[in-house]
Amino acid sequence: MYSAADLKKGLKIEIDGEPYAITDFEFCKPGKGTALYRCRLKNLVTGSSMDRTFRPVDKVDVPNLEEREMHYSYKDGDNYVFSDAETYEEIQITAEQLGDKTYFLLDDMLCNVLFFNGKPIDITLPTFITRVIAETEPGARGDTASTNVQKPAKLDNGYELMVPLFINQGDTVKVDTRTGEYAERVSKG
Amino acid sequence: MTSFDRLLSVAANLPLRAKIASLIRAAFDAAHFIEVETPVGIIAPAAEEYIEAPKADDFFLRTSPELQMKRLLAAGMERIYQLGPCFRSGENGTRHRQEFTMLEFYQVGADYLQLLEFFHSVLLSVCRGLHQDTSFTYNGQRISLDKLEIIPVREAFRRFAGESADRCAEEEGLFELVLVDKVEPKLPKDRPCVLIDYPVRFGAFARPKPSDPTLVERWEIYLGGLELANTYGELIDAAIQRERFARFSETRRQQGLAEYPEPVAFLEAIDRGFPPCAGSAMGFDRLVMLLTDHTDINEISFPLDS
Repeated sequence: MYSAADLKKGLKIEIDGEPYAITDFEFCKPGKGTALYRCRLKNLVTGSSMDRTFRPVDKVDVPNLEEREMHYSYKDGDNYVFSDAETYEEIQITAEQLGDKTYFLLDDMLCNVLFFNGKPIDITLPTFITRVIAETEPGARGDTASTNVQKPAKLDNGYELMVPLFINQGDTVKVDTRTGEYAERVSKG
Repeated sequence: MTSFDRLLSVAANLPLRAKIASLIRAAFDAAHFIEVETPVGIIAPAAEEYIEAPKADDFFLRTSPELQMKRLLAAGMERIYQLGPCFRSGENGTRHRQEFTMLEFYQVGADYLQLLEFFHSVLLSVCRGLHQDTSFTYNGQRISLDKLEIIPVREAFRRFAGESADRCAEEEGLFELVLVDKVEPKLPKDRPCVLIDYPVRFGAFARPKPSDPTLVERWEIYLGGLELANTYGELIDAAIQRERFARFSETRRQQGLAEYPEPVAFLEAIDRGFPPCAGSAMGFDRLVMLLTDHTDINEISFPLDS
């Protein structure tokens, strides 16, 4: 059990049998009264958010979460298959659970798979991946170094993102998997 | 943001902060209040259930100047105010800082409603002095100070939360939870809103309301969703005061909180006979936040180094 005073941004807790991450945390104390902890919670399975305020007397369950390093193996219909590097045990995660992360999976990529009560619910990708730009309009001359102005582009796997004007078709770029945004150019095409 | 960047942005707000302080002083001076200074380091903080005084050497840093200012009332001063630092352990957030600035004032012979009228006039005159207007914008919301909305606590709980304030007061932390989650978000935001007459459990040093002793004479004023000031018709009965100190000390002992020495000098002063009065405490930083349109207390206060 956590006591309410343990709560902070980033902590993972369990409410009514569901795992949540605290995405926003605000200490609050109405005049002369007891302290309150206002939290915005993100359901780690469904992705939906809710607000919940805790009192110092409240106890909060610790979720049974486990993270394991696994390699991405292959796609099986709508499911993505990951395997344990040592035991070769295979698990499946649905495309819906992974969302946009499916765009950043590469063969044999080492990921952290998050399990809740033994069931895989999410993965953490390496922070950056490199991919080739498949489509983008040529950038205007003279804007070579500016990263402020951006234009649309498509990666070789169909993922769409914004890139600086100096990026051309065929360039290899780094993408931040946490935000899905362009990070930097690795090499010219 | 580096700590120096933070300092630069705070420094840009300090001229307005100073202007607000001098407008407050002008309003109090005009109403013949005397500005006083009482010690920041004190031997015996008032025992309160949920407020912690930081320990410094062989004394505590004050959580409020209440007991010292009340001793001045016992000594014959009738209208006093103080603008200075107060401390509350562990209270940090966008609306709280463990070190903050409090405006505290007392008036002998006034009741809590008269003090509300006076406080309203101070707000109007400070806002006029700063904005040449009695309205201002905070967090995208236009707020007019012209009229106060006064709502009894029982009615606010019933109307906004469908709950009984008295029943909520019986369960630890429930009153505060309902207040913060259900009542405060629904208070009108376009004008000052005053919650008034609290269940007796929430009136630390407030006197019971003569017409209904299950309530205490207390109001809290909200501006733009921020709780700005708390006021009591002050408890003047030395026996009841002793009883409450004993009760709060016992709660503190049960919760394993620091034991404070008995406030001997304060009790001695009120034993001499303490004049009927009302007193109020306002978070000065919060008024600065409101009038300069900043939603984080740390944007208008000198950075606390970590």
